[in-house]
Amino acid sequence: MPIQTFGPSGPTVIGPAALLQAKAITKRFGATLALDALDLDIADGEFFALLGGSGSGKSTLLRIMAGFETPDSGRLLLDGADIAATPPWARPVNMMFQSYALFPHLSVADNVAYGLRRAGVAKAETGARVAAALAMVGLAGFDRRKPHQLSGGQRQRVALARSLVMRPRLLLLDEPLGALDAGLRERTGFELRALQRETGAAFVMVTHDQEEALALADRVAVLDGGRIAQRGAPRAIYERPASRFVARFLGAANVLEGRAADGAFDSAEAGATFTDIPAGTVALALRPERLRILPPGADEPNTAPGTVEDAAFRGDDTLLLIRMAGGALLRVAHAEEDGAPPERGAAVLVAWDADDVVPLAS
Amino acid sequence: MRRGHFVALAMGAGYVFLWLPIILLVAYAFSADRIPFQWGGFSLQWFVALAANERVVEAALLSLRIAAGAATLAVLLGGAAGWALARYGRFRGRAIFGALIGAPLVLPEVVTGLSLLLLFVALESMTGWPEGRGAFTVLLAHATLGAAFVAVVVQSRLAETDRSLEEAAMDLGATPFTAFRTVTLPLIAPALAAGWLLAFTLSLDDVVIASFVSGPQGTTLPMALFAMLRRGLTPEVNALGAVVVLGVGAMLAVAALLLRGRGDSR
Repeated sequence: MPIQTFGPSGPTVIGPAALLQAKAITKRFGATLALDALDLDIADGEFFALLGGSGSGKSTLLRIMAGFETPDSGRLLLDGADIAATPPWARPVNMMFQSYALFPHLSVADNVAYGLRRAGVAKAETGARVAAALAMVGLAGFDRRKPHQLSGGQRQRVALARSLVMRPRLLLLDEPLGALDAGLRERTGFELRALQRETGAAFVMVTHDQEEALALADRVAVLDGGRIAQRGAPRAIYERPASRFVARFLGAANVLEGRAADGAFDSAEAGATFTDIPAGTVALALRPERLRILPPGADEPNTAPGTVEDAAFRGDDTLLLIRMAGGALLRVAHAEEDGAPPERGAAVLVAWDADDVVPLAS
Repeated sequence: MRRGHFVALAMGAGYVFLWLPIILLVAYAFSADRIPFQWGGFSLQWFVALAANERVVEAALLSLRIAAGAATLAVLLGGAAGWALARYGRFRGRAIFGALIGAPLVLPEVVTGLSLLLLFVALESMTGWPEGRGAFTVLLAHATLGAAFVAVVVQSRLAETDRSLEEAAMDLGATPFTAFRTVTLPLIAPALAAGWLLAFTLSLDDVVIASFVSGPQGTTLPMALFAMLRRGLTPEVNALGAVVVLGVGAMLAVAALLLRGRGDSR
């Protein structure tokens, strides 16, 4: 279950003009189209996640925001001013690198003070701000350590402090939890959110991990092939994916192919007909945790017969692979409180609620 | 254990093969006997004689000056070349550039020396520069050789330095030059220092290239040593050899330490 999230829930930004606007940004690397006329708005103070696989263009977009890449065409507006041609050192935007990129020859305090010194901040103020930034990430007293004397989690915090001490209005995070081990990820995720609320800066995070994106962000944009496949609040895009790609990428939904006609959707591979489906639907998505298993012969609407092909116990549920009469293989999460799961080879009925059937337009 | 014995034996034989001539040379430099390689008791007289030999001292001082100048020039040129190879990606002509930079590493010194001599002669007849041949042409030739070594050392050091460090510096407000000065330069400083010492040592050692491109006022220490040998073997030559061996050895040890220290800094 994703963490409760806040913030605007639609594809459009509510309230004043967006902090950062990308307009029709296109970027090619040789023959590869990394970004394809991409539009994006980031609101002031929101936590935004760019979610996609490798080659989706998410990292290129982040590097364009930071100024390390120049778009071939399109505009990048910060507070309404075009910054596409502004070099990285002149942008009020900071970035936390995936490798953290801590300067190995400088102490923790000197790493954090680096940007303030470049900006010519007075010595006393620099000291105070460095101490405050280190305290904020829970590393007070680590001033004199060198990066190689820190653990992975501590390095990540130093990198965060080094960016946040600049008081950016927009902080870019490249796979911020990617290099941490599983146990540390959840806690660091909560801490990231707390820091984001505390500083009021807009955070834009790039990740390939859908759980991370859903858990942390106010809004998520799913990227595919240099375009935004879908954007919105985590719950909205999780429960109402718009395309096969998003449905599969977020939570590995079952996607049923078939044909829509006269308000119904006939899926031969599932061996079922779904009613009240809008015209233009090309496939249906069904979440594994929304499907139920009934004994064969149960008298209920919205069911289809199948056979249990395999089962994997996952703690709070058991993942069943059900081979449907039409040949489709459905993933069904069988909750523990629903009793013992059926045996392998057992004939069952797969049941769903009409509300949980998500029509996909592409 | 037998395998261990064999390895120890092979290693011992290898060291004897490599080091025995040098150890003998150094040992007999301390012999009191006038005939070299005949032990006549411990004495420092040949070192004293050497220090009094004006020609040798002059050649040594010239060699040190040439080596320092050549090493400095080599660090500037080789450092820039290593930077270009490591940081500019696949630019047009990169493969040829890399091969040409490394050429002096594999070319026989006779070829390098002869081609540089031809170049200097042709340049002088066309432009009047460099005027004649001597210490300055030796310096240029040694800088060419040294730059190849520096480029290799700097390139490999840069290749293992995370490129996002420079980007992080720029992200925090540093211009490319400031990022280089405050982040890249401190990180490659050990490689630059090691490269300088290598180039210095190469220059101090070289007799072949120097013989080609030098002139009347450009007798380096190895050239002087060679000339002394032709007049006959005296323990003074042993003493000079011992000084050179110890000096060069110390230099190479420092360079090795600098290059090995790279791992500890991260």
